Amino acid sequence: MDSVLFPKGVKRCSLPMFLLGLIPVVLVLLWGVYAMLLCWIKGLNQTNMNDSYGFALWIWADLAVIAIGGGAFFSGLLKYVFGKDELKNIINYAVLIGFICYSSALLILAIDVGQPLRSWFIFWHANVHSMLTEVAFCLSCYFAVLTIEYIPLILENRKLNEIPFIHNMSHNMHGAMAVFAATGAFLSCFHQGSLGGVPGVLYGRPYAYREAILVWPWTFFLYTWSAAACGPCFTILVTKMTEVITRKKLVKDKVIHLLAEISGWMILTYIIAKIIDTIYWAQVTAPLMGFHWTEFFDSARSSLTYHGQWILYLEIIGCGIIPALILITKKGRQNTGALWFAVAMATLGVCINRWTMVMQPMAMPVMTFDSWNLYLPSWQEWATTILPVAYGIILIAISYRYLPIFPQESELNPSD
Amino acid sequence: MKEGHHHRKEKKFGMVIDLDKCTGCGACMVACMAENNVPFKQNETDKLDSITWMRVYKFDNGKKFPDTEVCFLPRPCMHCEGQSGHSGHSPCVSVCPATATDYDTDSGIVSQIYTRCFGCRYCMAACPYHARHFNWWDPVWPEGMEKALSPNVSPRMRGVVEKCSFCFHRYQLAMDEIYAKGHRDFDEKVPEYQTACTQACPTDAIVFGDLNNPNHEVNQIVKPDHNHRLTGKSGNPKVFRLLERLETNPKVYYLSSREWVRRAGDNYQGEETPENYKVKEVHH
Amino acid sequence: MFWFSFEWIWDMGHMVFMGGLWYALGIIGLGMTYVIIKTILDTFYPDFFEPGPDDHH
Repeated sequence: MDSVLFPKGVKRCSLPMFLLGLIPVVLVLLWGVYAMLLCWIKGLNQTNMNDSYGFALWIWADLAVIAIGGGAFFSGLLKYVFGKDELKNIINYAVLIGFICYSSALLILAIDVGQPLRSWFIFWHANVHSMLTEVAFCLSCYFAVLTIEYIPLILENRKLNEIPFIHNMSHNMHGAMAVFAATGAFLSCFHQGSLGGVPGVLYGRPYAYREAILVWPWTFFLYTWSAAACGPCFTILVTKMTEVITRKKLVKDKVIHLLAEISGWMILTYIIAKIIDTIYWAQVTAPLMGFHWTEFFDSARSSLTYHGQWILYLEIIGCGIIPALILITKKGRQNTGALWFAVAMATLGVCINRWTMVMQPMAMPVMTFDSWNLYLPSWQEWATTILPVAYGIILIAISYRYLPIFPQESELNPSD
Repeated sequence: MKEGHHHRKEKKFGMVIDLDKCTGCGACMVACMAENNVPFKQNETDKLDSITWMRVYKFDNGKKFPDTEVCFLPRPCMHCEGQSGHSGHSPCVSVCPATATDYDTDSGIVSQIYTRCFGCRYCMAACPYHARHFNWWDPVWPEGMEKALSPNVSPRMRGVVEKCSFCFHRYQLAMDEIYAKGHRDFDEKVPEYQTACTQACPTDAIVFGDLNNPNHEVNQIVKPDHNHRLTGKSGNPKVFRLLERLETNPKVYYLSSREWVRRAGDNYQGEETPENYKVKEVHH
Repeated sequence: MFWFSFEWIWDMGHMVFMGGLWYALGIIGLGMTYVIIKTILDTFYPDFFEPGPDDHH
């Protein structure tokens, strides 16, 4: 029915089948939209946040999606600036995933602030000393860049591309793409970093605080590095998942392995830096503030709460060292199961890192007569956090169906 | 964080709270809520989302009866000067993305501009004292009670952060009176500016005034030690500040003759004592 | 964001920070303006530029 819109030389399921498959996702999306409207209309009392957890699930989700969306800027950097031309076969998908992640982050932020209609104050009355201002500026600019990177893909739709103006527009946008991608990589480095600066500068919160180089705390560099390291893993993970769902090979192994190897080395170097940072924090920073590092974790409670020490070991060993070792070895990369495991764990690792940097500083009592609190998100918070996932699946499904996302698809699936 | 126009002498309003005198009666909390139109919930059992500009904490020495001793600690906003002294690098002011909270170099008061705050709550994340509160609900007063609201303080809307202002409207009223009487600044001839909690305290546990004024009682109790590595450190061995080691540099001081109370003001490891501990490097 | 906002100060922080923002916005804005103008010329005035080998693909 809609086959004239499909990319050349590929096969897609029938339209009714496609729409039927989307129904459950749309239902989840509507659930999320309902929760979002509740938050906007009734206010943030719909959440379980409180004055001890002013930053909670949403801010974590924001930081996490931006980190895992880092695949877009890092593969863009590798392709356009470092000339890794091979990556052109996965860059479209990395851009799409990045676009979804960043638009989701902006949406969650719009729900998270108490007065969304005043959000423009962050630009108008900008406090240039605030890391959040830096985040807002770079985030919006980079989202503009991602949109510019995604538009040519839409314009390349078979039918749309028959229109001369659109054809020329797409061609010219591709021509200028290196400039946009380089600007995007610069912006992205900064906002990934400034997101790290958000907790790092909180000198009243000993868990989060880190010493600084010029105006940037260590977390600034760690966040940029971890996003560049783990973002591509998420790109690989989603690509692999798409291959399973579509039952097709979409990207050649050579491309995946190249990205996985670079990612592996990035994770390894990152995790070494993270270990050094953790040791310095535990041995130097914390004692000067009057704390023993074990006080940063809730040991009185059941160690299974998310404030226990286990989360630190899981992040560094399980989701750092192990995936790095798998991805840097040829055998590891080439073993499908190991590759799946490594990219999933690396993605989880960066999410755990953002989780601990958001939740732990809030939870940890700083005053001696204060106590640990445990926060569990309300259904409205869960629904609005899952909302971007549903939105992402829908956008991926539509883009995959109608746009030439995977340049190697027809070559890899000649029977289509 | 613009520098003020210094046609007046710079002041640093601060407080000393005598914890040996505080009985924990809560009069300061009530006075604060009434004075500043602080909204409340119908059900106040969950204190984690209650708005308490002034909150009285209770803690003890951890010993069993009959050696148990209790301390009540009133906690307003600390009006932190921040790491680099009187320049306004307070934990919250430095992070607010929309300049909705500011450090007034004329008075040392950390302000909150409700109509500019867009509710990101980054300042709350920055404050280790839980002195900042978010308006999770629309402010609603029982019928008729809105007539008793103070006309000098604007009520806050849902979705913004609020906190103790050291009754800034009283400072403005005092300044108005000073100007009306033809003076340019506070001196002995004009009425002094006091916060509501200070006046409400039945045991006179709170002393409020200009820390820069050597003739003021607050300065005489605190005895600022200008040679100490930590800005604003008190020269009085019985005076301490909350979490001094973090170098938030608060302008609210506490006084106690009990060693365990002073020790509860900060975190110490092993052999460390309030008199003997290392501090981190200050980045000016 | 603008020099006419009352909280604007001509200090290093504002110049570097806002300079960075306007620089990025400038590249994005100018880049897109170039793309749009070139597309209009390519489409409606095909002879405006010398026809080259890779003008169309």
